[in-house]
Parts: sequence; structure tokens; C-alpha cells
Amino acid sequence: MRYEEVIHRCFRCGYCKFTRNYYDFNCPSYLKYKFDTFSPGGRMWLIRAWLKGEIKNSPRLQEIFFSCATCANCVECCPFQFSEDLVEIFIAAKEEMVNSGIVPPQVRDYLKNIYTYGNPYKAPADERDRWAEDLPIETYEGHEYLFYVGCVGSYDERGRKIAKAVANLLIKAGLSMGIMRNQEICDGNEVRALGDLELFRHLAQRNIRLFKERGVKKIVTLDPHAFNAFKNHYKELGGNFQVHHYSQILAPLVNSGVFPLGRLEARVAFHDSCYLGRHNGEYQSPRAILRAIPGVELVELERNSENALCCGGGGGNFFTDILGGGENHPSRIRIKEALESGVSILAVTCPQCAKMLEDAAKAIGVDEELEILDVAEVVERAIGP
Amino acid sequence: MGELRFNENLCLNCTTFDCLKKCKFVKLNGAKGNLEMLKIARGEDSTVLRTCITCYACEEYCEKGNHPFYLISEKREEKGIDIVPRPILKQWINLGEPVGRYKVGELREKTLSFGFVPEFLQWVKGKLFEDVMPSYVFGQEFFCNVAYLHFGRTSVIKQRLPIVMDNFSKLGIKEVICLHDECYGAFTSLAPAFGIEVPFKPIHYYEYILKRLEQLKDKIRPLNIKVAYQRPCSSRLSPPMHYLAREIFTSIGVELVDRVYQDENALCCGEVVRLQGLYDLAEELQRENIEDIVKSGAEYCVFNCPYCYAALGHKLIKKGVKPIHIIELCRMALGEEV
Amino acid sequence: MKESIKSALIEIAGEEYVSTFEEELYFYGRDPGLSFPSNPHYVVLPENTEEIQQIVRLANKEGIPIVPLGAGLSLTGLAIPRRGGIVIDMKRMDRILEVNEKARFVIVEGGTSQGKLQAYLEKHYPRLRHSIPDAPPTATIAANVVIHGQGRLSQQYGFNSDLVAGMEVVLPSGEICKVGSCAVSPYWFSKGPPLPDISGLFLGWFGTTGIITKLAIKLYPRKKMRDLEIFVTDNENLISDIIYEVTHTEMVEDITIFAQPWPLFFKDNSHICIYFTGDTEEELEFKRRVIWKALEKFIESKEGGFMWVQPSMKPTFLDMPQRSVARFADVKRGGGFEYSGPILLVEKYPECMRKLRELSTKYNLAYSAMARIIDTAHCMMFAFAFAFNRADEDMVERARRAMAEVSKFIIEVGGVFWKPTVEEQKLTIEHIDSGTLKLLKMIKNHLDPNNIMNPSNWELR
Repeated sequence: MRYEEVIHRCFRCGYCKFTRNYYDFNCPSYLKYKFDTFSPGGRMWLIRAWLKGEIKNSPRLQEIFFSCATCANCVECCPFQFSEDLVEIFIAAKEEMVNSGIVPPQVRDYLKNIYTYGNPYKAPADERDRWAEDLPIETYEGHEYLFYVGCVGSYDERGRKIAKAVANLLIKAGLSMGIMRNQEICDGNEVRALGDLELFRHLAQRNIRLFKERGVKKIVTLDPHAFNAFKNHYKELGGNFQVHHYSQILAPLVNSGVFPLGRLEARVAFHDSCYLGRHNGEYQSPRAILRAIPGVELVELERNSENALCCGGGGGNFFTDILGGGENHPSRIRIKEALESGVSILAVTCPQCAKMLEDAAKAIGVDEELEILDVAEVVERAIGP
Repeated sequence: MGELRFNENLCLNCTTFDCLKKCKFVKLNGAKGNLEMLKIARGEDSTVLRTCITCYACEEYCEKGNHPFYLISEKREEKGIDIVPRPILKQWINLGEPVGRYKVGELREKTLSFGFVPEFLQWVKGKLFEDVMPSYVFGQEFFCNVAYLHFGRTSVIKQRLPIVMDNFSKLGIKEVICLHDECYGAFTSLAPAFGIEVPFKPIHYYEYILKRLEQLKDKIRPLNIKVAYQRPCSSRLSPPMHYLAREIFTSIGVELVDRVYQDENALCCGEVVRLQGLYDLAEELQRENIEDIVKSGAEYCVFNCPYCYAALGHKLIKKGVKPIHIIELCRMALGEEV
Repeated sequence: MKESIKSALIEIAGEEYVSTFEEELYFYGRDPGLSFPSNPHYVVLPENTEEIQQIVRLANKEGIPIVPLGAGLSLTGLAIPRRGGIVIDMKRMDRILEVNEKARFVIVEGGTSQGKLQAYLEKHYPRLRHSIPDAPPTATIAANVVIHGQGRLSQQYGFNSDLVAGMEVVLPSGEICKVGSCAVSPYWFSKGPPLPDISGLFLGWFGTTGIITKLAIKLYPRKKMRDLEIFVTDNENLISDIIYEVTHTEMVEDITIFAQPWPLFFKDNSHICIYFTGDTEEELEFKRRVIWKALEKFIESKEGGFMWVQPSMKPTFLDMPQRSVARFADVKRGGGFEYSGPILLVEKYPECMRKLRELSTKYNLAYSAMARIIDTAHCMMFAFAFAFNRADEDMVERARRAMAEVSKFIIEVGGVFWKPTVEEQKLTIEHIDSGTLKLLKMIKNHLDPNNIMNPSNWELR
């Protein structure tokens, strides 16, 4: 296994479970299950036990490995030199399981669907741009930017609304951009996080070939997950593109007064997406956008920025639902935290976070008092009809 | 490593007695100081061997270049006069011990020497250094060891410095840009004083920066700020280089304000004095220095030596003065984020 | 594993909080130290005192062991279930129940972590603090007092167990007992006085006499500023004199000492970290000066001096808990260290150092000495710490042998084991006063007649 030489170095001290300021535990799967086996230290010790043959691959072990949301809180908080590698170590363990062919059925189905359809929804490619039907958006043809929408933005009902909001703003700002429509395929970030590195390489190479053929130099993504894949994992496969998350493009535009922003009297908190924040260090752009809106009072949640709590959807859990629901699910904890901070809008920059948190708010029955909006949707609301 | 080239006759014929007359700490006027220096040269005991706080200033005050400070350091060790507590001495000698953990960049004949100052790994970047980076060396293997003058241990320097120079040579380095005065002083003052050959051309980083700023003058955005400057002790080993700081400030639109402890009248940052256990004196030096900087009305205090920066920086912040290293200041003028 | 017991546990705590999976049994059968593993049969995560009472009654009825667990960080195997049975992971019970600001105490549940209380106080009561140990922040407050832990306030106020202000304990019978003022008053301000102090029936017993489900600890002033000076000496014989002078100032918060051969900067010296606090710059600087002056004679004789702690180094030392302590585990790139940390006189420091170096050489192990001064230097905890590579069985074995020699040495030097391994507990019992042993047996037999509570620890029968 990759990183095999590191596994035994975990002291299971437990720093990894906390926020950096010890406010509370912050590992999504540990919060949910409460057994130490579901914490990063637990995984490290169990990976070693598994590799040494002291325990076997079992449904429980799979649940422990695949419930990791790859949120990188452990990377932030582990005091050891190998902390940077923690998420990659957990991916490597999943890769071992994938290669052995024994994985949870939900993971198997997800990977199969991506392989067969190029998306996890088993939906035809021609439906990819349905979200853009009534938008004056162009097909990518040598534009400055490729707007990469991704599977959730293309197929998920909530994701489509966000894709539309973001596209609307970029069009209004006059950004030279286009979309790939039915040629777009999965970026592979979750495939990689679930340990199928072979399928990831296949997807990445297809994307890289397509982007190069079409002369793409700059990409703006809707989804932080795609942003992460393109920015951090395509390079080694020859994909050198200038990659931006849409909030990074939007922040200077909003602040330069491109949009006619009206007043929006609202107390708003921002929920950091793990793949924008901890994985890529982008904490400021979304906040800069929200701060620029007259009337918006931006408040910070107890767990914010480097200490943000994951919605629980990362690492493929959005699709596989291995982390499941229930009272202790991180998304519900997050919603309660937002309510405690007295906000009426919880803003996000990720369609997966939006959906996870919206579902949690509904499950708790507070969706009337707390809206989950993408930052782009907040801007749209400030612009008005 | 050879004997110190100290010429007693120069002292005998001295008429200014500047070395100890100008000293802020030993305070020996006129011929009295001269007499003490002669006693030291002849191997006799002297109060100076106990009262010198190692500010290096007499190296600059002696216009004949007779190295009074190196002599004091030599004789202290010869006589077994410890100026710092033994455990502190051990700590610092251990600190500079080469352990094979050095770092080198992509070396060329001209290279930057970070000595053993980790801050340079962060500060040295951007346009200012792009024609030489990533050619750099860092680590104990390239540490000039001159700091042991503060501890009265020239033997450590004499033992290690030739090895350090050999390390440069082995890498085929022909020109070394020294980012710390102490390194530059080692190669241009101390090594010749002890008869050690230097197998490369030492360049002071002020010379380098000035040249680069000239090349980059189109990109300079004058900072229009007032700064005070903290001159370090090791700058006393190469006084002409010190005055280049003014030229650097001029070229980036920075006004150097007048202060009492300026140029030849510079005041020690106090930290070495503290290591010597002289708590009250160290406090007094730092208080006077900081008050002087604050009074000068400067927005920033510019440091040359990273250790002066570490000693005074956080205290200056509390007084509303921003500490900054001169490299950072230049990079700021080039529009870079520091 | 018996299905009937599993079902009963599920009935008590709910299905999702009971595990008999191989994975949990494997993990909860180990700790990060050198102890040999021993798996439990069940792991359960109760939510409240009532559930714990039911679990204890069940265990009593079935005659199976129970092992209460905080974060499992003792390193000496105190929560390894040597005879299987039920591990009760307390961490779901982590509510902070009450803070009495003016009386300076806090009541927490038995699974509350140090980290959570620390963050809570910083946010809600910035003028109050508790004695934070240097264990990782997951360490629970209850487990820490049960092992007589020490923390950042131990130099001033004693062991963390001295700072207990009341307890609610589930006895081995399943009954609840309140300890201290809370037994007769709504206020949890004292663990004993003016009543007969029965806290000693539980503190130091490693969960063999009961399970703490609620706990009050004393809080102390938290000043706005905190700083340190590090006094360095290579003359270990002077350590107790130096500590005597520093503690005489009554200006000092915490005093720790460390000595280690690597990095070279630390070689050959002992480093006395002297922490002090203040609400103003003036207060802080006054204390700094008093401390400097107190040690002037050692500086003048060149036997010791204050090292330069550069601003960039300070966060490492001022960190609470000090993360760098955990990092010692990776010195050998192997994720392990263990220490024996006896409580003994400060004057024994030189002998301890000599022994540590001797064993380090004999067994070819990386060492670190860490000491904490307790209660104005009435005693100190001296940690003989060895790092080991978990993947190197030979090194692990060498470390075990070195620790065994440390144990013998501790008895010789008049030390008392702190959080002793089972073997060290046996050594203690061998050397303990016969009258004391008789009383301890009476207490244990009376409280836990079926010997179900963390058996093999304090095995007095």
C-alpha cells in the first residue's frame, strides 16, 4: 500500500479529532459514530492491523474507511510531520480495498455508474446542460474560460439552481466563457477520494485531452471538488490549466461594482467547503463577496475557516451515504451551530454542501428559519429581479 | 588557522585612543584606554577583559584597523575569562555544530549564503533575487561562526571557519553573496586578520541589492515612509557597507529619520548582553534604543540583522513601530507581498 | 462474547453505541504505550449516569469486568481490558454542566475532555482557567484526576486531583454516591472538608472502586498575559537549589524541566522552564525581574544562565497543552513513546538523569527527561521517557526492558510510581506498609466484592 511506511507512526493522540482551538470534536465520522475507530487515529491503527493481517476486510472496516469525508481537519490538527499525508493515506487504504474488489455496495455502484455513464446519476450526457436551457450561455469555443459545471451542478436539482445562479452572474459580468455541454464528463475528484485511482486517471486523461483539443487554458469551476481535482491532481497527468473556483472570479467583480447590488438586510454565516478551504486555502474570496453586499451582516460560525466542520458529504459520502443520517450527522450539527449563531442564511460555495445542509435543515424542521443559499444566490438576491 | 595579526606598535604610536575612548561600556578616557589595550596585547590582565560587552564597535573605532576586539576576544579565552555562563556557551557551541542537515538550492558559481539564519528561507524570494535564486546555501556547514566572538571563543571560529570556506569551495562557488554582516565580516575582516585565505569573492548583500534595484528601477514604487534603522554589531566589521543602507533607502523612496543611536553611535540590541547575564544593562539598552526609535517618529524600524529583529521587533510593535527587515522593505517597494 | 449481554447492553445504550465488532475490540484493546494488548468483549458508549448504573449492575450480575475509559492516554495500559469484558468509553458524557464564576468551580460530566473545557472557559469565562495537563486535549478531566495527573497549575496548587471540588460516582454496586460538599449542599465547592474526605476512595484507584460520572474542579484566575524564561544549567546538582530559589519568589505559575540530547542545541543542559503571568506589562516585567534576580548567584558563578527564547520559539513553549510533547513519539519515526513518571523529591534529579542516560546507552534508545514541579517543590514528577519505533519489535522490546529497570530504580531512589503499569502496581504493593495494604484491601473488597472494576489494576487480593 502507498504510505505503508508511515502508518505505524500514528500515536493516536487524538489532536486530529478536534478543531485547532479545541472547541469541539471536528472529525465528521467520529462525531457521527463516537467510536474512536472512526477517528483518523482509529483508521491509522486499523489500516496497520489490516495490512498486518490482524483484522480482516469486513463490512465494518469498509464502513470505517469509506465514512471518512476527506475533510482534512486531521491534516490541519495532527501535530506530526506526516500530517500532510493523512487524507492521502486514507485514500490509499481505500485504494487497496478497491483493488481487492471488496468494497461497500454503494461505492461499487457509484464507481460503476461513473465508468458507464460518466456521471453518478446514470443520466444521459445530453441532459448535462439542461440547467442552462433558458440561459444565454455559449458553448465553449476558444473563450477565455471554460465554465466546468460538474455532475452535481449538471444533474442534481439543487445543484442546477446553483449552476444557473453562478452562470447568470458570470454572464452579467461579461466574462468570456463557455460550457462543454454534453461533452463534459465527471472530474473524478470523488472517484479518487473513494480510492479508484485507475478510474480517476482514465477520467482525468479524457478531460485533459478534451480540454487541450478545445484549447482550454483557464477553467472556472462551480464545485470546489472539481476545482481541487483540476488544481492538484491533473498536473501530474499533464493537465496544466489555470484553475479558479467561481468565487475567486466573482469576488473582484462584486467588489469592483460590476453588479447593481441592492440592500439585503440579513445576518449571514459562511460555511467553508473543505475542498475550497482546508484543501486549497481559499477562505477569503467567498467572504469578500458577502461582505460587499450592502446590508449583509457576515458572522462567523464557531467552527470556521481552518476549523470549519465538514457537511459530511466529502469523500464520496454525498453519493454513497455511508456516513448516513441521524442526529449526530455533521450536517445536522452544522445546522444547529448556524441556528445558535442567529443567522437566517447559511451561505455556501459548493453544491454538495448546499444539498447536504438543506436536507439536514429539513430533517430538523428548521428550513423555514434558516435558508441554505449559495454565495452566488445571495448575490442574485441582492441584485433583485 | 593563524595568529591574530595585531600590531602593538600601532597602539604605542596611537594618538586618538578611539578604541576604548569611544566605547559606550568600558568608558576609559584617553591614555588610560590605550594603556589597557597595551596590557591586553602584552598578555597582562585588564579590566576590559571583564567589562567589554562584545558590541564589536572598537573594530570600527580603530582607524588603523588593528583589530582591538579580536584581540580582546583572543586574550579572554587565553586567560580563561568566561563572559557567558558555561551552559549558555555550550548551548551556542552545540547550535553551530555541523550535523549534515544543510540545504542547498540549485547552485551556480554565484550563490547566496543564508548562513544559519532560517528566516532567510522565507524572506529571500521575488524579483530582487531572481537572477541568483535558487542558488543558495543554508545550514551550520555554511555558518561563519563569528558569533562566538560574543562568547569569547575565537578558538571555535578558528577551528570551524576554514572548514566552512572549504565547504563553499567544494561546491565550486566562486562568489558568495552574504546576507548577514557577520558572514561578510568573517570573510573580509576576520579571516584576513587571522591570516586565513578566502577562496571566493565575498559580496555584501547591500551591494547586491543596490545593483538589483538599479536594474529594477522601473518596477519600484516609492514607499514614501519614514524609517529608523537599527545597525547591528556585526556591521562594525565592514563599516563602508553600512553606509549603503542609505543609498538603498533613497532608491526605494524611503526617508531615513535621524536618531541618536545612528551610524557610528549605534546601540547594541541588548540580547547578547542578556545572555551574559547582565539583565539590568540589557533592559536599559533595549529601553533606550526603543525610546530613541519611537522618538524619531519613524513608522518602521528597519533591521539588517535578523537577531536584532528578533530581539527588538516584538517590543517595537507594542510601541506602535513596525519592524521590518531591509529585504522585506525592498520587496515591498517592488510591489511584492511581505 | 455473549449475545445475551450484547442485547442487554443494546437495551441500555442503544444499538449504535454498542460494538462487538472486531475493529472496535482491536482498537480498544490497545494503547499507545508499551503494554501488551488485550481485547475487550464489548465496547459501549453510555450517554448518562443512569446508563452507567445499568451497565455496572449488568456486569455485576454477569460477573464480567468493566473498564471505564477516557481517551486511553495513560501510556501505561491502565485502560487496557486485561480480562476482557466491557469497555465503557465515557466520551459521550461531555457536557459542561455549571460554572460558578465567583466561587471558581466548574461541574462537568465524566467524559468531558480537557480541550473542550479549555475552549469553553476561554470563550465564556476568560478570567478563569483550569490546570491543563500536557496530555493531548482529548484526555478527559475525570481520568486525569483519577490518575493524580498534573497540569499547568500544579506548581501553585498541587496535583490536579487536589483541585477536585466534588464528585458523583457510580459505585461497583451500581449505586450513586456523592463526594464532598455536593453531598449535603447544592454547591460543589469542596471534595471533602469540612466533611470526612472520602474522595480518596476513588482518586488514584484507576476506576477500580467506582466510575466518576460528574466532577467539579476548582478554577483559578486566568491572567491576560503569560510568558516564560528558560534557565539553563549543565550542573544537575544545582537543580534543587535553583528550584528552591525560584519557588521562593512565589511569582511563578508553572515550572517544568526538560533535558534531551537532540537537537544539539539542547545537549548537555537541563532547561528549567519558568512560566509567569500578569494582567499588565508591568506585572509581567516585575515578575520577570524578580525571577532573574532570584537566580543571579547562579549566573554570577557561570553555572547557569537564562537562554534566549526567541519570539519564534515561544508559541511552542506557551502552547497549552504543549503539542511538542506528543511529537516526541515520532523522534524515531515510529509513533511511540512511553515514560515512567514517578513522583519524588526534586533533589533526586541528578540521580534520575544519570539513570536515564545510562539506560539510554545500555538499550540504545532515544530519551527525553521531562519534569514538572509540584506544589511549591514539595515534590516533582520526573518522566523517564523513551521513544520507540512501533514497527521495530526489537526496539519495542528494548524499551520495555529499559522501563523495567526504571521501575526498580524508582523504588531504590524513594520515588512513588505515578500512573503505574500493572507491574509497577505490584512493586508498589510489595513495598507498601502492611497496615496500609490491609486498609486498601478492606476498601477494595468492600466496595467491589466481585472484583469487576478494571481488574488486574490494584490487584490487592
